[in-house]
Amino acid sequence: MNARIMSIASNTFREAVRDRVLYNLIGFALLLSGAAIFVGQISIDIEKLVVINLGLTAVSLFGIVIAIFIGIGLVSKEIDKRTLYTVLSRPVRRWEFIIGKYFGLAGTLVVNAFFMAIGVFAALLYVAHHYQASDGWILVALYFIILQFLIICSLALLFSSFSSPLLSAVFAFSLFVIGSFSEDLRGFAALVKGPAGWVATGIAYLVPNFSALNVIGMVAHGQAIASRLIALNTLYALLYSAVALSGAVLIFQHRNLK
Amino acid sequence: MAPAIEILGLEKTYMVGFWRKRPKLALKPLHLTVEEGEVLGFLGPNGAGKTTTLKMLMGLVFPTAGEAKILGMDVNDPEVKAKIGFLPEQPYFYDYLTARELLAYYGRLSGVAGKQIVKRAETMLARVGLQDSADVQLRKFSKGMLQRVGIAQAILHDPQVVFLDEPMSGLDPMGRREVRDLMGELKKEGKTVFFSTHVLSDAEALCDRVAVIHQGELRGVGAVAELTSSVHGTVELVWQGKSVPASMKTLNADCQITGDTVRAVIPEENQDLAIDALRRDKLRLISVIPMRATLEEYFVERLKRAETSVGGTA
Repeated sequence: MNARIMSIASNTFREAVRDRVLYNLIGFALLLSGAAIFVGQISIDIEKLVVINLGLTAVSLFGIVIAIFIGIGLVSKEIDKRTLYTVLSRPVRRWEFIIGKYFGLAGTLVVNAFFMAIGVFAALLYVAHHYQASDGWILVALYFIILQFLIICSLALLFSSFSSPLLSAVFAFSLFVIGSFSEDLRGFAALVKGPAGWVATGIAYLVPNFSALNVIGMVAHGQAIASRLIALNTLYALLYSAVALSGAVLIFQHRNLK
Repeated sequence: MAPAIEILGLEKTYMVGFWRKRPKLALKPLHLTVEEGEVLGFLGPNGAGKTTTLKMLMGLVFPTAGEAKILGMDVNDPEVKAKIGFLPEQPYFYDYLTARELLAYYGRLSGVAGKQIVKRAETMLARVGLQDSADVQLRKFSKGMLQRVGIAQAILHDPQVVFLDEPMSGLDPMGRREVRDLMGELKKEGKTVFFSTHVLSDAEALCDRVAVIHQGELRGVGAVAELTSSVHGTVELVWQGKSVPASMKTLNADCQITGDTVRAVIPEENQDLAIDALRRDKLRLISVIPMRATLEEYFVERLKRAETSVGGTA
């Protein structure tokens, strides 16, 4: 990574770290993980299951909210506030700016996920009193959540490169919701014949497949995750993000900064 | 040697409207050259096309036609961007950063060597008088302080060509004076300065040449004295006596009698006729002083002429 991308990434990270709203969201996520303990206590024999389910869902949901919340403003805010002018009038290429912003946001989300994961493991220790070997799969679920963040970051950045923050948020969140049901969408596409089937199939493969990246239910039941799934999901998330980022770069490269 | 800035027919048309897009001309083909070490004032009222021109030179907006070169290289060449500094109009910076952090960030983006960044930032903060506020977050800065930070970031990396968009905007009289001094220092250092302004006195005090732009079209370029000489000036005549020759009224003289002297301001072209009239009346002439037209008078005349020609063709 070149020095300019690193500088933009670290500045993006610093901006997020100094934003109070971020702490409110993290606090809320930790509170939800804590609440899982109490919900677990009234769920006889399935405390651990509830804690893992609720805890990881909180990490995922709040991470997505943070990714969209910060991601949609990454480019548009810089244009609106004209901070971009003093950056792009330096030897910074437009693609370097986009990639730097992406790494900054992704870094912020990884650090957030780390702290929220500590909360989940603390809650788990509280209800189960000790860890089991199968709890290690929780780390894989967390890794998949981070892959989801990478995809949603790139999408937020893509939308942010051509539309307003509000529209970008609507687009990104809609894609997250649709993507979470992408397996159902693929099932539906397989059932429908003719042009409607082709359209459904196209949409099913176009939206990010967040269903495949959600293994919270499996790890909550202590099920192992196949290494093939880990490899394919990694490849899928990296490719999807790369394509979305390329789109963002392509649009931004030709944009007039009025 | 290539000129510092070479604008070769830069033109910009924006498409406006939501459903039915229609073209709106922001800048007619602009041809302008700025030599190395020159201070050029880019003058024009608000909305004249100054900022559009600067944005195209910075690669922020793409021209519809034409091209521009800085130090002989294309404006979008990253190599050239390391050699230029830019202060946007009404700058806004990352307000969560302190002035020191901001300069360090820009220093890294400009390719200033790691060890030099801290030193350069310190020097620049001292140069713009912000050393005591170096560790204060920019959200607590006044408009004038932000303008100073803006100037510091523009010259941080010791650029050869400096572009300043309305650099005096938001500054109090002391601040304006300091910026003027700073621009004078830049000129002494041999830097090329291209600055836009609508404050004519700033341009008059600082520029080697000025370029006047109005409604997206370049109306005149030249040294301040050259441009103002094209405006019909006035002459001040002072003579001893308490009377004004009757013929003075026909010469459009504006006369004032003070004690035993008379002061008259007349159009330059009536100077000889007025002196003849004084001779005929045997009045003792004390002085004849040409009153130089100000840049403001030039500017107003050009704008009037432009409006008349638009009215005439309509």
